[in-house]
Amino acid sequence: MAAALLTGSLAACGEPVADAKTLTYWASNQGSSLEFDKQTLAPVLERFEQKTGIHVKVEVVPWSDLLNRLLAAATSGRGPDVVNIGNTWSASLQATNALIAFDPQAFERIGGRDRFVPAALAAAGAPGKAPAAVPLYSLSYALYYNKQMFADAGISRPPATWEELVEVGKRLTNGKQWGLAIEGANPSENAHHAFTFSQQYGGAWFDAGGKPTFDTDQNVKAVKRYIDLMAVDKIVNPSNAEYAKNESLSDFANRKAAMLLWQAAGSAFQAQGMSPEEYGIAQVPFPANPPPGGKRVNSMVAGINIAVFRHSRNLEGAMEFVKFMTSDAEQVALNKVYGSLPSVKAALTDPAFQAPEQKILAEVLGSTAAPLPQVTTESQFETLVGAVMKEQFANAANNKPITEAAIRAKLRAVEQRMKG
Amino acid sequence: MREGRGERIARWIVLSFLALFVLTPLFVMVSSALKPLQDVQDSFTWLPSTLTFQAFVDMWSTVPLGNYLRNSVVVASVAAVFSVSIAVFAAFAISRYRFRGRGVFSVAVLSTQMFPGILFLLPLFLIYVNLGTATGLELYQTRLGLVITYLTFSLPFSIWMLVGYFDSIPRGLDEAAQVDGAGAMRTLFKVILPTAVPGIVAVTVYAFMTAWGEVLFASIMTDQDSRTLAVGLQAYSTQFQVYWNQVMAASLVVSVPVVAGFLALQRYFVAGLTAGAVK
Amino acid sequence: MNAPRPGRGHTPVPAAARPRGSATVPARRPTHAAPDVRQHHARAVGAPPPRRLSEGQRRRRRLWRTKYLPYLLVAPAVVLEVAIHVVPMLTGVWMSLLELTQFHIQDWSTAPFVGLDNYGATVDFSSETGRALAKSFGITVLYTSLSVFVSWLFGLSAAVFLQRPFRGRALLRTLFLTPYALPVYAAVITWGFLFQRDTGLVNHVLVDQLGLVDGERPFWLIGENSFWALLVVSVWRTWPFALLCITAGLQNVPAEMYEAAAIDGAGFWRRLSSVTLPSLRPINQVLLLVLFLWTFNDFNTPYVLFGGSAPPEADLISIHIYNSSFSTWDFGMGSAMSVVLLLFLLLVTAVYLIVTNRRRIHA
Repeated sequence: MAAALLTGSLAACGEPVADAKTLTYWASNQGSSLEFDKQTLAPVLERFEQKTGIHVKVEVVPWSDLLNRLLAAATSGRGPDVVNIGNTWSASLQATNALIAFDPQAFERIGGRDRFVPAALAAAGAPGKAPAAVPLYSLSYALYYNKQMFADAGISRPPATWEELVEVGKRLTNGKQWGLAIEGANPSENAHHAFTFSQQYGGAWFDAGGKPTFDTDQNVKAVKRYIDLMAVDKIVNPSNAEYAKNESLSDFANRKAAMLLWQAAGSAFQAQGMSPEEYGIAQVPFPANPPPGGKRVNSMVAGINIAVFRHSRNLEGAMEFVKFMTSDAEQVALNKVYGSLPSVKAALTDPAFQAPEQKILAEVLGSTAAPLPQVTTESQFETLVGAVMKEQFANAANNKPITEAAIRAKLRAVEQRMKG
Repeated sequence: MREGRGERIARWIVLSFLALFVLTPLFVMVSSALKPLQDVQDSFTWLPSTLTFQAFVDMWSTVPLGNYLRNSVVVASVAAVFSVSIAVFAAFAISRYRFRGRGVFSVAVLSTQMFPGILFLLPLFLIYVNLGTATGLELYQTRLGLVITYLTFSLPFSIWMLVGYFDSIPRGLDEAAQVDGAGAMRTLFKVILPTAVPGIVAVTVYAFMTAWGEVLFASIMTDQDSRTLAVGLQAYSTQFQVYWNQVMAASLVVSVPVVAGFLALQRYFVAGLTAGAVK
Repeated sequence: MNAPRPGRGHTPVPAAARPRGSATVPARRPTHAAPDVRQHHARAVGAPPPRRLSEGQRRRRRLWRTKYLPYLLVAPAVVLEVAIHVVPMLTGVWMSLLELTQFHIQDWSTAPFVGLDNYGATVDFSSETGRALAKSFGITVLYTSLSVFVSWLFGLSAAVFLQRPFRGRALLRTLFLTPYALPVYAAVITWGFLFQRDTGLVNHVLVDQLGLVDGERPFWLIGENSFWALLVVSVWRTWPFALLCITAGLQNVPAEMYEAAAIDGAGFWRRLSSVTLPSLRPINQVLLLVLFLWTFNDFNTPYVLFGGSAPPEADLISIHIYNSSFSTWDFGMGSAMSVVLLLFLLLVTAVYLIVTNRRRIHA
């Protein structure tokens, strides 16, 4: 009897059954903490409730959990109605068929496809298919540099080529500080750079049919170029090889490194006591002499997409919520807080996004950013290739030679582990 | 029996080494919790540059630690109580009856210790979800689901320990009670349980700790309302930086109750094991 | 957990105190125990006759008590273990026969049945998948053996040296048990903090304070050292349990045995090898097995220490399978690997129990 009562009371703690008046929303962690994000979203959701009468129950899911939780939700058909996803996962999640496809009709429902920034929309699902999500926050990589350190080393402008970056990096590296900070043990971060370098070397990680092509010359060179920043050029602190918890951000903010390649890092610096006047922002460099076939790409199209689960019991409300979150006013409000860019054109012109950082992001996104391969096995690519690079960084940090042959062998090995 | 000089020196060396080994991380946990954030991001120092309790204040707002703490307390306590209650009956049956399937049951209980958690994580998750959909009994993302999962984690070891303990209680006591007309349940509650208090305490503590520390299942099976400490503590590692001083402060706060409880009851634990495992 | 309990039935129990259906009667054939049982019950029920029961009623009651009651008592445990462990495990076995990738997880009925293909890939050591698994397996065997042995050794040393009363003994024992009580996450994350290259205590002591390392600061969380870092954390968390069990075991060794050994002039090592270790044999048998199983399947320690992506040198099987399932979204393959792991552990356990039991009988 007591057991039955207890069972009842414990079960009552579960989430309420979805109906037309409630929605569950999983937000990704964009700000300094889960709590910060909850507070940022609270007024937004309040406005939505006033407008539509729909109460949104939000949970901010840490990045370390998000993909697994999404997978669990896709597997079980139970979970949130609306979710944020890393845009690189779009095609992988699209393959599960758990997300609503944004066909012309669905786009009509949220105000039209043309409202969105085309580059951001290119990273929302496999090409030629109706997107599995729509862009919410847009980002790109940029080069952050410490103005004071540059001035002290007599450097007048940020490097525009990798050769220059290495050169100034060496001048900036001394006993107390390093030229560049890298998140060497973070597979995703590594994979993003592998993509950009590969593009610049004229390579590709997947062929047109979506088959992995990891061990090509271009990819091997691309990976080696990135690792060599530590192994050969010695402008990266070997310690960076074990960084996986955003320590490189802290290193830059704490003046232990002069440069950092990151996406919209401004608010993170601010939180760690580095004011916007202290650092400059430039585009990620290109090679001085682009190899044949090399593409003029210096960032992935980074960002967060918003998606609707097919199993939602309140599809109407969910679409309404997506429309609301991608409305001009909310796009301005949210992206302003996070330092990211709106994914709808109209909001981009808002004065909030004319700061130097956001201007660079917009410039890159508009011209030299390319989406990561929108293939179903993209998340495997990030995991496996990113881990290979982590291992190479570990070798470099331990003063072991980094050879093309070794990288090729490792890339070939993980390619064989890819399925499909 | 005297202790030789060499033996004393060896004892001193071995125990000092082990004490140092055990103490070092514990010391760092405490000292780092009392450091300002700047200290834990720079080169290691044994002591804080300035002593501050700020981390103990901030940790509640960086992460909803209070909620996690409450969930962990509820889940671990309820799981422990049920685990022990169920184990008591099972152990009584195994210790006092010879019945068909007894051997199979014993082997089966052992083999559950071999199951890689990862093998039944996803299926169990799906079973919970489907049960919720079919019957309305919600186990996915609820504390009840965690309670049931965790109690089965500690159950095999609990039964095993209690069987040993019950076996050590002379059958003469049961017989005497039965001669006085006591039934099986009366024998269990009036004779065996009062004698087996150390074993029961030990098993309760074990079951509590099992539930308190589990990470893998909690990370998939909880949401923000049912999240437990073991998973919740990861949230101090944010998109911007790791608040190491707060991690240590929070770790300290969540460890102290369990450690204190365990250490206070360690005598029973040893007694429980003595009877349970050695006889 | 019950089967390997050493010495079942070895403890001399006074004949009068033997349970109904004494140990000499094979447990599987309860009918043989019937006459014995009847006698006991006749006495138990009959002595102070509470009220008159018909012969039929009485028989039903006896039958109920001896035949159904034990099943009723174990039922909750059985039901829960079956529901939470066995059924999901069988589901897992079924998953291992499917090609369960992201295309099919939403609706398993669409997942192609591939029979033993996943197993083929798992144990095909000419393929990359098989080779990687074999390597991870080897690492895990080494890691587990070392961790279990060192933990046992530490536990034994501490237990032996704590046997003799001295000032501060209780305090020391309490301190030693603390790591066991510490929640996994709190313990391992603290170790992760200690092992950081630039800001960790380990390098601070080794390099800055003792100057033991020439040249550059070593890494502990990546590269070859990561294996040893993981081992240290594992031992730190595990050895108190060994201490606990061995302490319990030592309390059962009669003091006379030590006195007799002392009279014979046995020194420390002789006492250890002729009294302590033989007396501990039953507990060691269980302890080593349990530690082996727990360490082999341990997921929490490597996962918290390294995050999802463990260095190849410390790529334990549990993390390997986790990555094969979750990071690469191939749950069929991950399940096949788990089943292979389970079969291995079953085999090891069976062989271990047969060998140790035989040794004990011969001894």
